[in-house]
Amino acid sequence: MKTRNQKGLESKYWLLIIVAACVVCMAATFFADVKSGPLRAIADYTVVPMQKGINVIGTWVNDVADNFATLKSVQKENETLKEQNENLKAENNQLQQKAVELERFYDLYKMDQNTSDYPKVGARVIANDGSNWFTSFTIDKGSEDGIREDMNVLSGNGLVGIVTEVNAHSSTVRSIIDEVNISAMVMTTFDQCIVSGDLKLINNGVVQFEQLANNENEVAVGEQIVTSNISSKYLQGLLIGYVSEVNVDSNNLTRSGYIIPAVDFKKLQEVLVITTTKQDLIDNGNQTESDSSGE
Amino acid sequence: MLAVKRKVIEAALVIVFFLLETTIFSYLELASIKPNLLIILTAAFGFMQGKKEGMFVGVLSGFLLDISFGQYIGFYILLYTVIGYANGFFQKLYYDENIKLPLLLIGGSELVYGILVYFFQFMLQSDFHFLYYLGHVIIPEMLYTVIITLIVYQLILRINRKLVEEEKRSASRFV
Repeated sequence: MKTRNQKGLESKYWLLIIVAACVVCMAATFFADVKSGPLRAIADYTVVPMQKGINVIGTWVNDVADNFATLKSVQKENETLKEQNENLKAENNQLQQKAVELERFYDLYKMDQNTSDYPKVGARVIANDGSNWFTSFTIDKGSEDGIREDMNVLSGNGLVGIVTEVNAHSSTVRSIIDEVNISAMVMTTFDQCIVSGDLKLINNGVVQFEQLANNENEVAVGEQIVTSNISSKYLQGLLIGYVSEVNVDSNNLTRSGYIIPAVDFKKLQEVLVITTTKQDLIDNGNQTESDSSGE
Repeated sequence: MLAVKRKVIEAALVIVFFLLETTIFSYLELASIKPNLLIILTAAFGFMQGKKEGMFVGVLSGFLLDISFGQYIGFYILLYTVIGYANGFFQKLYYDENIKLPLLLIGGSELVYGILVYFFQFMLQSDFHFLYYLGHVIIPEMLYTVIITLIVYQLILRINRKLVEEEKRSASRFV
């Protein structure tokens, strides 16, 4: 015992000190809503660059392996694609003319907000959450690349999640699986519903939706569910997934069911971040409104 | 001097394991479950070197997790520190050649860790599917971790053995 005392504090006192410090920190982040920003900045300059490095090496090795395996098939594909390209060029010309027309119509209807119109930035997924419980991940773009909190994240054409933490060179994205209560709607009928992700459900490859009004509008399996116009954080019209099952609730007033997400959350490598947030749109809307009312 | 060297090597191990965990190990997922390397490291240093070393490794591991993914700063530090400390109680039972005790302790730590994460982050948010999570996350993660332990533990053991040898040598020189 004597020798241990000479070495400094006994271990149980250390434990008490650490536990107390942790509880204070947790309370601070929980109650006082202290942002963990300064601490995250440490990660941004220490582990994130290393994670980026490992990923660069990883994708490089992958690419090299892929190159050998696919060279021949790619050559074949190339020829067919060249043919297709010519056809598409012709088609494209026609479509472009139609697009100009369409734009005019949009102008007439003041429907300038379309999913494909949102400005996007590509980012690479460099690390995922170190646990089996959550599905958040880190991307290699941060505030210096123009990323801000609450920006929506897409992969392919489906909604992945939302940016929750931003550092200088990296940011954390929380996927819709960890999200509860996303305001959504059925694409064809504009009926509102609420989508919730769940660790239990995503293992079956689905997320659930609830509180869809049980009205005369049929909801077929395969129907697209998109984010709704009344969502406070998600932009309108981002594809969440396709309906796989619909049931009428026992109250006969609402319907609920399951959605197959449009995104494969297991295989996220590159994502697109929409650099407009819903708040921007709301602010801009208010500005133009007040401008026009001021005139 | 040697105490510092030990700490530096332990810190380096934590960082390397953390990086592996968050990048490469997502490719080793089986049924969307991956092993928990940091638990192995924390528990191993706990029962090999005692409570203080266990806590030191635990604090570092938890700190990295907290600053990159924690919702509340301190949560993972607390969890890992307690696990490192608790494993320190078994230092007296531990000897080098025995592989059963480490497997048992690491498996046990993993189980406790899983249950605590469920309790604090899911049950307190009124998610009561405990049996589902037990069967689909906690137990599979524990089994996978124990299997990985068979490999990783040998590495940790060897590094620790070298450090202990150096420490002994320098101690005998002074006596």
